[in-house]
Amino acid sequence: MYGWIWRHLPGGRASRTAIALVLVLAVCALLLLVVFPWVEPRMPWGDVTVGR
Amino acid sequence: MAQAGRTPAGLWRAVARGLGELLVTAGLVVLLFVVYEVHVTDLLNDRRQAELAEEVDEAWTRQPAGASVELVEPPLGEPVAVLRIPRLGADHQRVVLQGTSEDQLSQGPGHYVGTALPGQQGNLAIAGHRVGKGSPFLDLDRMRPGDPIVVETAGSWFVYRVLGNPANGDVADPSGVPGLHVVRPEEVGVIAPTPGAPGTAASGAYLTLTTCHPRYSARQRLVVHAVLDGTAISKADAPDGPPGLTGG
Repeated sequence: MYGWIWRHLPGGRASRTAIALVLVLAVCALLLLVVFPWVEPRMPWGDVTVGR
Repeated sequence: MAQAGRTPAGLWRAVARGLGELLVTAGLVVLLFVVYEVHVTDLLNDRRQAELAEEVDEAWTRQPAGASVELVEPPLGEPVAVLRIPRLGADHQRVVLQGTSEDQLSQGPGHYVGTALPGQQGNLAIAGHRVGKGSPFLDLDRMRPGDPIVVETAGSWFVYRVLGNPANGDVADPSGVPGLHVVRPEEVGVIAPTPGAPGTAASGAYLTLTTCHPRYSARQRLVVHAVLDGTAISKADAPDGPPGLTGG
């Protein structure tokens, strides 16, 4: 999977590294800002109240 | 799909490598989620609490100091009071919001709707997160009998003192209400007007804190009961805080 992505990135080693870094950061941002805030309330360990 | 010219052995190797990469990626995502839960939500919450503290300050300074402000339950999500627990840190301070849904609890401790307001007879019940979201009640298990829990409203300070729990070897309170104990999640009696005695009238001005227990789990609830020490202290008399907060 990662090999396939690497082979399809344009340019030489430097340009590929830069683009790969940007991709990694974009995925992290997507997870932290969109996916995790959505998943979190659905997890069972955040329950601190009695009843319900 | 197998590419042209690829042997079966080569295909299997590609599948195995892809699967391995996928599993490693999943592991990293889970790790990132843990970092998010334990640290990132704390950062976001710090910022939100600072905003709330500013809002509360502004709203309270608009009211004439010392005037007897009649307490009414605010709308959901609005600040109820400011909570300070010196045992949990010298600078421990959290704005408590009305309501105990995740919407409020992600911003700060939440006041159970319908329970007493600060200083009132009955049970001022507050829920808060243990780990993450500012971790307001992370070390709640370290509370000792007599520890002050200070509640600040627009015009007054209220000092509640943690009760003793005979099961922990402390002196029992005459009311029979224990201080620190662990209950099952469905035990709503702990937030009844008289804690532990649902259906009876209020027998004093109590404060109850609930959080999850053990840490990182929601299997049980850690509950701390406290009782009002004395009466309201006017902010006009003690602008910097009541004796319970300033080390008295």
